[in-house]
Amino acid sequence: MPSLCLDAPAASRLDQRWRSRLEELLSVGMGAGADLVEIFVERDDQLNVLAEQERITSVSPALGCGAGIRVFKGHCDGFAATNDLGGPALLTALEQALSMLGLGRSAGASGWQGLAELRDYGSGKEQWLKSCPTVPDSAERLREVTAALARHGRHLQARRASYARDWQEVLVAASDGTFARDLRLHQTTGLTLLAADGDYRASIGRRDGRADDPDFLAHWPVEDVAMSACESAGRMLYADVVKAGDYPVVLANRFGGVIFHEACGHLLETTQVERGSTPFADKLGKAIAHPAVTAIDEGLSDNNFGSLTMDDEGMAPQRTVLIQDGVLQRFLSDRAGAMRTGHPRTGSGRRQNHGFAAASRMRNTFIAPGPHKPAELIGSIDHGLYCKQMGGGSVGPTGQFNFAVEEAYWIENGCLREDKPVKGATLIGDAVTVLPRISMCADDDALAAGFCGSVSGSVYVTVGQPHIKVDRMTVGGR
Amino acid sequence: MTSPPLVALDREALRQHMADGASRMGIATWDLGITCGNDTSVQVDRGEPKQLKARQSTTAMVRVWNGQGLVGITSTNDLSPPGLTAALSGAQQASAFGDAQSPPRLSPQARDPLTPLHHQPRQPALPMQTLLERLLDAERQVLNSHPAISTVPYNGLAQAQRERLYINSAGALRRQSTTTASLWLYPRAEEAGRKPRSAGAVRLAPGVDALDLEGCIAEATERTISHLDYAPIDTGVYTVCFCPEAFLDLLWAFGSMVNAQAVLDGISLSQRNSLGSQVASPLLTVADDARHPRHVAAPEFDGEGTPTRRLPLIERGHLRHFLHSEGTARAFADGSVATGHANMGAKVTLSPQWLDVEGQRGDSSLSCESSNGVVLVDSLSALHAGVKASQGSFSLPFDGWLLSGGERRSIEAATVAGDICSTLQRIVACEGDPQCTPSGRSPHIWVEGLTITGEA
Repeated sequence: MPSLCLDAPAASRLDQRWRSRLEELLSVGMGAGADLVEIFVERDDQLNVLAEQERITSVSPALGCGAGIRVFKGHCDGFAATNDLGGPALLTALEQALSMLGLGRSAGASGWQGLAELRDYGSGKEQWLKSCPTVPDSAERLREVTAALARHGRHLQARRASYARDWQEVLVAASDGTFARDLRLHQTTGLTLLAADGDYRASIGRRDGRADDPDFLAHWPVEDVAMSACESAGRMLYADVVKAGDYPVVLANRFGGVIFHEACGHLLETTQVERGSTPFADKLGKAIAHPAVTAIDEGLSDNNFGSLTMDDEGMAPQRTVLIQDGVLQRFLSDRAGAMRTGHPRTGSGRRQNHGFAAASRMRNTFIAPGPHKPAELIGSIDHGLYCKQMGGGSVGPTGQFNFAVEEAYWIENGCLREDKPVKGATLIGDAVTVLPRISMCADDDALAAGFCGSVSGSVYVTVGQPHIKVDRMTVGGR
Repeated sequence: MTSPPLVALDREALRQHMADGASRMGIATWDLGITCGNDTSVQVDRGEPKQLKARQSTTAMVRVWNGQGLVGITSTNDLSPPGLTAALSGAQQASAFGDAQSPPRLSPQARDPLTPLHHQPRQPALPMQTLLERLLDAERQVLNSHPAISTVPYNGLAQAQRERLYINSAGALRRQSTTTASLWLYPRAEEAGRKPRSAGAVRLAPGVDALDLEGCIAEATERTISHLDYAPIDTGVYTVCFCPEAFLDLLWAFGSMVNAQAVLDGISLSQRNSLGSQVASPLLTVADDARHPRHVAAPEFDGEGTPTRRLPLIERGHLRHFLHSEGTARAFADGSVATGHANMGAKVTLSPQWLDVEGQRGDSSLSCESSNGVVLVDSLSALHAGVKASQGSFSLPFDGWLLSGGERRSIEAATVAGDICSTLQRIVACEGDPQCTPSGRSPHIWVEGLTITGEA
């Protein structure tokens, strides 16, 4: 089989050679009276491969480029995006953004000082794209997964495995002198299976992802993942539908962290503070959670899906303690958030691509480990629900959250009843009510990769936590 | 400021370039789908402009068939000759990995005569300042409507121009230009000692001047205020009335029931032999009507160049047709034809365009004006998380009211759960004339025996 290599020629690289063009644009913007002008330029090279049963049914490469230009004046900003990187198109986009704010080109000199020296976070990463799996390699790996599913599963009606690679080169230049380049690599794998036996059906999914690691796919533990998914499907196929009600709940580690992401994390982004849609806007320094809860958002850890070498505004990321022992410490802030709310930037300005203006977004967000063993949490419950695998979730404009539970079991008399699986559960509530009810945290913290969709598009994140106990939650079911 | 003109799509030049490039590479069969867009939008915050956006975008997808009939694709946003050549080359390489079992082909309908849609002429883009003034005025009216409404955290006024092009090596050439405008207002209301409440409204039209601004303002305001006086609901089994938007959301979420590709993939609740079977109450009739006059920016053709059409899906409860691409129609081998619902890709996918729900009245004693102890579901949330389409189950948060003798009391927080098969069978009434929404039209649909979980 031929290999597929869609690497762009070196001449189109985004690097120091862009300095004069960007400085010219920034100078025009500042000369027009802008408070600040920021230009985000990107190239990307994506590949998606899908296997169904034993066949590769889709190979989808995609090449893209574009720029987003943002102009700030007072508390307002204008943003224009284009996927034409030619000089005239970029100038048109800048003029569009300026004119949105009532600014026009000036004949006079701007007096602007120019860009700082390029901070090139991309050096040392140039070989990443070429080191990624070829299409034949990734196809073979996916076939291994679907074959493993067939070996380990029963009553399987559909088996799917997918691989996605997103390579991105970005250049950020701003009139405050920011000039930075980075190369990013995100790879993700997924598998879904549908088990069916008469009227009984169970669909199970698994996802994994890693940043900046060309060898990710080679190290994907195919057998373990397939066995785990098949085991879940086998248990959930004949599971009863959960009876609706209020229960004490133990949420498993890893993707259980989606509860904190949805219930609280979004409400600690300055985009929510700006809108007045978070109940925590005036709670800095005050208790908003049970003292057992310490929560962190960070972008520094190696290879985690939400890690960054720089954010999409050119700032190095931080480790941000959001809640310490139940007390709110900090909000996640981007450039616009800092300007509009006064909360200092945290290296959290993120966007899906050049078509979106950056906004304050989570990176790797997790509840810190506590002193307990998972068995202690379960042992403290007479009748409750153990949520082993979570589905997706969301938070509404008033802080009301919900998320689906993919795999759950009853807890009875302090024991986990793996012989009593239940399906169809949805956990609902609001952060103000639920955070004080997280009363126990275990010592087995772990992270899980995911995608988060919000105002600036879909971004790579991880969620995480140890096993936690919520004293009471509303469980939607039948 | 007005939007710059759309990227000029010179179809003859594009076709010639594709043909020349394909010829040089020994490619006999290819097609090309392009969408170009100019979008502008404004957002405001308590009387001040907040963010103004403009976006020019181009996306193109090239498919080529190799000597073995296998297809490969590449996406790009570079329509320059070198960009298209690179995409052709990439697609040719990708075709080596094409699916040998069910490769798509060019749609035989891609050259059929096309009836243009004239009912929604393109509207000119308005200056950004005009958008801003109208949105500021709309926000002001909402803020002035009730003392409990202090912000409209989610708001926007947007307009878009789109141009679609489909060309293939068999001589097909389709082109369509559309314009759309949208307004959304989601106020937040809060009274002392009570939880904040929010609801909203959306309007869609071919242009900003055609938008029903007053209707949107009134609906957003009334819905939000109606949720201020809320109370918890007891968990239990209720008769539920779905408002048109909520019922359409549910149907869309389970679109795989009528999707021939999902049937072939084994992930649909339907099977090949399900046509003709009773899948819903005899009161329910559903069609997909891409060309409905109220469908804003209705497409004239799909991603394979096949003309769109009205397609009966469920008639008086019986499943009548599946959505088909060229490939699924061929695979079914039962006389099915492509129905104009395909999305271009290495693996072609299918999706409904605009659902048209009609219902017979059924139990006339059920009425939003007089029924007691009934839950009226206004809008569903989190469908991406709470719907298991291949299992047929759903458990979804909703905004709604408990009806008592025609009085409505907002429900504090709750979920509605069930499975779609029994939900469709338990439809007991369809009330009122179908109401249009951005995703289709429907009357109010009454369903017996759904579980409501109230938050304690």
